[in-house]
Amino acid sequence: MPRSTPTGAPGARLAHALDVASRTVLAAVGGYVAAALTAAGFARWLPIPRVEAVMTGMLVSFAVYAVVAIFAFAVARASRVWFWTSVYCAPLGLALYLSMHGGGA
Amino acid sequence: MNGGLRQSMAWLHTWVGLLLGWLLFLVFVTGTASYFQDEITRWMQPEVHGQHNIDAGAEGAVAYMQKHAADAEQWSIELPSERAVATTAFWKEKGETFAQWRDHAFLVDGDGKKVDARDTLGGWRLYRMHFDLYYLPVLWARWAVGLAAMFMLVAIISGVITHKKIFTDFFTLRFGKGQRSWLDGHNLTAVLALPFHFMITYTGLVTLAAQYMPWGVTAAYENRAAYYADAFGADEAPKRSGTNAPMAPIADMLKQARETWHGAEPGYIFVPIPGDAHGVVKIIRATGAGMDTRGETLTFDAATGVMHARPPARGGARETESVMVGLHAGRFAPLLLRWFYFLCGLAGTAMVGTGLVLWTSKRRLQLPDPERPYFGFRLVERMNIATIAGLPFGIACYFMANRLLPFDVAQRPNWEANWLFIGWGVLCVVAIVRPVKRAWVETLSVAAAGFFAVPVVDMMTTDRGLFTSLWNGDLVYASFDLMMLALAGLLGFCAWKVHNRKEVVRVRRKKEAVA
Repeated sequence: MPRSTPTGAPGARLAHALDVASRTVLAAVGGYVAAALTAAGFARWLPIPRVEAVMTGMLVSFAVYAVVAIFAFAVARASRVWFWTSVYCAPLGLALYLSMHGGGA
Repeated sequence: MNGGLRQSMAWLHTWVGLLLGWLLFLVFVTGTASYFQDEITRWMQPEVHGQHNIDAGAEGAVAYMQKHAADAEQWSIELPSERAVATTAFWKEKGETFAQWRDHAFLVDGDGKKVDARDTLGGWRLYRMHFDLYYLPVLWARWAVGLAAMFMLVAIISGVITHKKIFTDFFTLRFGKGQRSWLDGHNLTAVLALPFHFMITYTGLVTLAAQYMPWGVTAAYENRAAYYADAFGADEAPKRSGTNAPMAPIADMLKQARETWHGAEPGYIFVPIPGDAHGVVKIIRATGAGMDTRGETLTFDAATGVMHARPPARGGARETESVMVGLHAGRFAPLLLRWFYFLCGLAGTAMVGTGLVLWTSKRRLQLPDPERPYFGFRLVERMNIATIAGLPFGIACYFMANRLLPFDVAQRPNWEANWLFIGWGVLCVVAIVRPVKRAWVETLSVAAAGFFAVPVVDMMTTDRGLFTSLWNGDLVYASFDLMMLALAGLLGFCAWKVHNRKEVVRVRRKKEAVA
C-alpha cells in the first residue's frame, strides 16, 4: 500500500482508492465475522462447561479481530487476504450452521 | 501493496489513529479521571462529613427506608468503598423501572444519618461518560467506544511494528524541534506505558464483551437469560407470602458476609420485597475487595438472618474475565498503585493528543500553499484544538457547576453535565472562528483559567476551601484542589509555549526556496 495517495493518472488513483476500500471492509467486517465465528466455535465445541466455553470464546475473539485487521493491511495483495479469510470463515460457518440447524447438534 | 510491511503499518497507524483519535481522547480523559471517581464524588458532596463506616451507613439506610419506603418493591444500598464516606440508597416503587432510581435516592453519612446534600452524580458521571458518552442512546455509545477501542488495539500493534528502533527512539526526547518533538513525545508516552496501553485496551473490550461479541451465547444457549443465569447466577426472585415479618439486624448479616469472605468488605445490599416473610437480603462483595472485580453474592433470609448455601465457585474462564475487568477498573488498587494507574492514563491521554497534533505538524511542511491548507487539513487542525483544549475546560465547568448551581435546582445532576458540554461548546466555537495559532493560545488559556477557578469557587461557596482543608488535614479535599491548580499550570504552560513558538514553517520554506 502506498503511503499516500499517488498523484498520477486518474486510473491509478481509483485503483488505489478501491484497494484501500477493499482492505478496510475486509478488516472491519471480515475481522468481525472471523472473530464472531471463532467465539461461536469455542462456545459450541470446547470440551469444558458451556458457560466457560462461551466466556473463553469471548475473551479470545478480540485477538482474532485484531490479527485479521492487521493482516488486511500488511499483506501485499488484498485478494490474498480475502482468500485466506474466506478459507477460515466459510468451513467454520458451515460447520456451525449444520451443528445448530442440521438436526444433529 | 508496495513499500513493505513497515510502511503499510505506518500508514495504517496514522489513519486508524486519526479517525478515532478524538473519541479516544475523551475516553482516555474520562477514564483517567475515573481512577479517582470516589474522591471526585466526595469533593462534589461537600455536605457529607464524617468517617467511613459501612455498618453505620447500612443501618442508617435500612432504618430510613423502613420508615419511608416500607411498601417498596425493592431496596438497594450502595455501600461506600474504602475511599468513600457516603452510602447511597434508593428504593423502587411498584410499576417503576430502575431507570427512575434517582427519584427515591438519598445519602447517608458515616454516622448513619441521612444527609441533605446537593444532588450530584459526582465522579460516577465521568466514569459513565467513559463508555456511555452522553446525549446518545447507551447502546450506540458503547458500540462507538468499542470501535474506538478496537482501532486503538490495531493502532498499538501497528505502531509497534512501525518502530524498528523503538528503544533508541524511547530514549530520545528533543524539545523545540517542531515535528520531531511531537514524534518524540508521542513515542515516549506510548512506549513508557505500552504494557498499560495494551492491557487497558484489551480488558476494556472485555468489560463490554457481552454486547460486542454475543455470538458464543447464540451458538451454545437457547436464549440470553439462560446464559446469564449460568454465568452470573440469577436465581428465582422471592415470591410474596402476604404475611409481614420484621427484618433481622443488617449488621449481623454483614458480619457473616465478612467472615465468609475472610475479611473482605461488602459493597452492595439488595432487599427485594422488604418486610415480607419470604423476603431475602442479598449482599454482594465490594468490587474493590479483590483483583477479581465481580464479587460473590450471598443470600440471607431477611426475617431470620440465616445465610443460604454459597453459590458454586466460578470456573477459570469466568474468573479470568473477572480479573481482566478488575485490572481495567483498578478498583482493588491501593493508593500508590492508583496513582500509577492515573499517571499511565495521563500518558495515554498525552499519547493520543500528541498523535493528533503530529498528524498536522507532519503535513504542514508538505502543504502546497501553507497560507491556504486544503479542507481536510483545516478540519483536523480545528478538531484538535476543540478536543484537546475544549474537553478539559468542559470538565472544569462541570466542577464549577457543582458549586455554583442553586442548591435544589431541578435536574441538578443533568445540569452539571450540561455545563460540561456548554463549556466545551464555547471553546469549539473559539477553535473554529479564530486564526489557528491564536485559537490554540486562547483555548488553552481559558482551560487553564477554568481549572484555576475551581478551587477559588470552592473557597467562595463552601467552608471546605483549600486553606481550611490543609489546616484540618482533609487530604481528599486538599488534593483535589491542588490537582486543579496543577492542571491549570500544565495547560497554562502549554498556552505559553504555543504563544512563544516561532513560525517554523516560514523559516523552512525560505531555506528551501534559497536552496
